[in-house]
Amino acid sequence: MAIKIYSFIFVMWILMLIGGGLVIVFVGPFTLSSGIDPIITSSIKVIIALFLIFIWLFTLTKVKNWIFKSQVKS
Amino acid sequence: MEEKIIAAIIVSAIAFFSIYAFTPVLIKFLQKRNITVKDVNKKGNIMIPRPGGISILLGIVASEITLYLFFPISEILAIIITSILGFSVGIIDDKKTMGGWFKPLALAFCAAPILLLGAYDSNLDFPLFGSVKIPSLYLALVVFMIPIMGNTINSIDVLNGIASGVTTIASFALAVSLFILQNYEIGISCLCLGFASLAFYKYHKFPSKIFPGDSGAVMFGATYGVIAIVGQVEVIAAVAILPAVINSFLFLSSVKKIVEHREIKNPVKHTDDFKLKSTDENHAPITLVRLLIAKKPLSEKQICNEVLKLTTFSGVLAVITAFMMGVKI
Repeated sequence: MAIKIYSFIFVMWILMLIGGGLVIVFVGPFTLSSGIDPIITSSIKVIIALFLIFIWLFTLTKVKNWIFKSQVKS
Repeated sequence: MEEKIIAAIIVSAIAFFSIYAFTPVLIKFLQKRNITVKDVNKKGNIMIPRPGGISILLGIVASEITLYLFFPISEILAIIITSILGFSVGIIDDKKTMGGWFKPLALAFCAAPILLLGAYDSNLDFPLFGSVKIPSLYLALVVFMIPIMGNTINSIDVLNGIASGVTTIASFALAVSLFILQNYEIGISCLCLGFASLAFYKYHKFPSKIFPGDSGAVMFGATYGVIAIVGQVEVIAAVAILPAVINSFLFLSSVKKIVEHREIKNPVKHTDDFKLKSTDENHAPITLVRLLIAKKPLSEKQICNEVLKLTTFSGVLAVITAFMMGVKI
């Protein structure tokens, strides 16, 4: 059991590192053409960041459900 | 450097010994006035004094004020004021049970000293990839950080010794990380929190002689949160406290709304020999404790040890993350 929860923590850590990397490498420097209002650019960045958070939470929820169901079955 | 070492020894001693000496006095005081609550995970009617937050407040504030005398910087002042405000929010909740939204909203205001004193940097540092400058978004992060940390520690305060034990391990991991990053003043400040929670753990560990209450648990979280912000180690702080974060995540993803933990169905029940086992209720939330006992019932002490081992593991990951901060790919 404990191994699965340790793995859960490890997966969460890796997701934090990857998520941070994606934000810095791709989302941070992202710009549209110069004529576009910076507010629109920022809004698009926020939407991308929210999408990444959604994927992050979705992945963790699936891992959580898998751990709990596998424990209840065993 | 010599001055920093002397300051570190003095403030760590103040944080540890003030709580170590004052908590037994507080226990007697609370018992005399019958300010106790039932320990629901013990056989019989065992009543435990609460709140121990008063003792924690004394230790943290006394040591941080001493540190401020050594290093009069706005970051330490922000830690002192935010900790006191966090305690105030918790003690209100100890005295009168408030709704689920009270603590997050009230704790958001506790971030005001950080903003007013300008004790933050709007760069968010990530390991391996560098940092990102998010001036406006960072203000939101400051406001959210204190409620998240406060509630995270508070929601894991379900068994004897967990809140103080988790805070102790996470604080020492964060202090080591701050020293690795050469942020010595805030690192020493984090040592104060580590030694304060260690001294309280002596009385809070299984079988508890005192409970921290919301005032203690929220103050632990708020102090941890403000150190993460003023020390610019937000990501490392989140990693060090991952078991508590996971507990909050599991809870929220099960319940799907913000509620006071007293309002929800208990996710655990007791066996005849008073071990804890997972409830059969489908609608009860999945928490870290429920996950640990999903396979077989465990005693309260066994569960506490498991949670502390998990926190040690995440503490090691936090220190590795701190080393990775200096590496760029």
